[in-house]
Amino acid sequence: MTLAEKILAAHANRPMVSPGEFLNVKLDLVLANDITAPLAIKEFARLGVGKVFDPRKVVMVPDHFCPNKDIPSAEQAKLMREFAREQGIVYFEVGKMGIEHVLLPEQGLVLPGDMVVGADSHTCTYGALGAFATGMGSTDIAVAMATGEIWVKVPPTIKFVYHGRLKKWVGGKDLILYTIGDIGVDGALYSVMEFCGEAIDSLPMDDRFTMANMAIEAGAKAGIFAVDSKTLKYVRSRAHRPFTIYRSDGDAEYVRVIEYDVSRIEPQVAFPHLPSNVKPVSIVGEVRIDQVVIGSCTNGRLGDLRLAAKVLKGRKVNDNVRCIVIPGTQQVYLDALREGLVEIFVRAGAVVSTPTCGPCLGGYMGVLAAGERCVSTTNRNFIGRMGSPQSEVYLVNPAVAAASAVLGRIASPTEIAY
Amino acid sequence: MKLKGRVHKFGANVDTDAIIPARYLNISDATELAKHCMEDIAPDFLSRVEPGDVIVADSNFGCGSSREHAPLAIKAAGISCVIARSFARIFFRNAINIGLPLLECGDAVDNTSDGDVLEIDLATGAITNLTNGKNFTAKPYPEFMVGIIAAGGLIEYTKKKLAGG
Ligand code: SF4
Repeated sequence: MTLAEKILAAHANRPMVSPGEFLNVKLDLVLANDITAPLAIKEFARLGVGKVFDPRKVVMVPDHFCPNKDIPSAEQAKLMREFAREQGIVYFEVGKMGIEHVLLPEQGLVLPGDMVVGADSHTCTYGALGAFATGMGSTDIAVAMATGEIWVKVPPTIKFVYHGRLKKWVGGKDLILYTIGDIGVDGALYSVMEFCGEAIDSLPMDDRFTMANMAIEAGAKAGIFAVDSKTLKYVRSRAHRPFTIYRSDGDAEYVRVIEYDVSRIEPQVAFPHLPSNVKPVSIVGEVRIDQVVIGSCTNGRLGDLRLAAKVLKGRKVNDNVRCIVIPGTQQVYLDALREGLVEIFVRAGAVVSTPTCGPCLGGYMGVLAAGERCVSTTNRNFIGRMGSPQSEVYLVNPAVAAASAVLGRIASPTEIAY
Repeated sequence: MKLKGRVHKFGANVDTDAIIPARYLNISDATELAKHCMEDIAPDFLSRVEPGDVIVADSNFGCGSSREHAPLAIKAAGISCVIARSFARIFFRNAINIGLPLLECGDAVDNTSDGDVLEIDLATGAITNLTNGKNFTAKPYPEFMVGIIAAGGLIEYTKKKLAGG
């Protein structure tokens, strides 16, 4: 069995499972946010069970429109807050919260071998820890909160092997954009993407989170990495409970094996309006921009901010550009402060925001006007994603975003930094 | 159950931001959400939809976010059924859970134009294009899902299960 199949089998109490089977699995964690929780709470009430299955295993995070941007979003957040208090579930108030998919691993709430569902499509981020994590809608989450179980169809696994050594300024974001560019936005539909190879072994945890995060952008149910010494180092200081490490068997069956030589991969840019619409940064030509966003559940971790700061240090954001930097959590914010990164950003003329999803989904804190172009480290560049349907979003890694902020056009960090 | 409605045709990879832009997700009322359904990619969609109409789209319909607001908005806009070559997986679950029928049928997508009138038998998956007289059959639902559909959605299904029924 593959790593993903083993986790599913263990949570369904079965010695073995194979793709296509329908299972009922026990859950280690259930997540919702200020957009999806209100609907889930409404459906939960219809079930008439009163209490969630285990308050320690249900988490709610107000991150999308919080601190609240208007009255309707304040009402939604209030509904979620009141439910969280009444149920005694895990809840992070504004001031303690962060973007859910940066926050939960950081707080040790997700561990290797876990089975996690969240009412947010980027729940797949936790696959970086060797967990099976997938996004669902609010009704599924209502049932999960009530019963601690959910039905799943065992997905086939596609194995992605990354050979070779990464070029400078190339990271997890580029590998996943390149992969989505290769297989398409439905290239892994209903499947698990298992990432491995020597380039993956050398990849920092932050970059693995970035890759697992965007598995959904290829249509996948989950993205997953094997647990290694880096994973263990990450979880050991955070875990408050035991966890299980699963590995793919030598004879595990994959529907496809796709191999790449990463030494040939440059920083990637996903052009509007699909994450698969990628080009290497060297051939993008002259694309003038109006805004840069550095942050999100894809690239809002400390490693991402360090990269951006490396490029922005001692430089100025271009006069024609607004640059918005958003640390993923309060902890990331604090670490960035201590390391002097926040000062670098502010001196460069960037905005540094409290943790929030904000501009990533066109919510607030940097909504785009018609005709504007934004270079962003987020994960989606659909029509209207960050504001006006006539605006454009280009997806890149944090170093490319920072270089673009300086030069006022999509640019490679090699043009200004070494 | 038999449905009959006019076709609104869409291409591949219609994402959840197109179905209901994220800027409206500070509300969760389906009727309010429906007012903005498809507005970024088809601004006149809502004014053209008559109750019972059908969306026919190419592959990967509903890709993107997990927002259940997407099938809720489509349903509240008056759409009775979505036919596509394939669906994104979270959207598929959500639609079934809230009682918006979906049918997977590449043939129907290839042989249907905007404005055609379709007759659909949800029980058998039979689709007839009344405009050009062609017949198609959609992929049947997995047995497990038939149970959820028959119960009237996931909440009803779970309620029965919890009651030991
Ligand atoms: S940062 Fe963007 S993609 Fe991530 S959870 Fe928030 S809105 Fe979704």
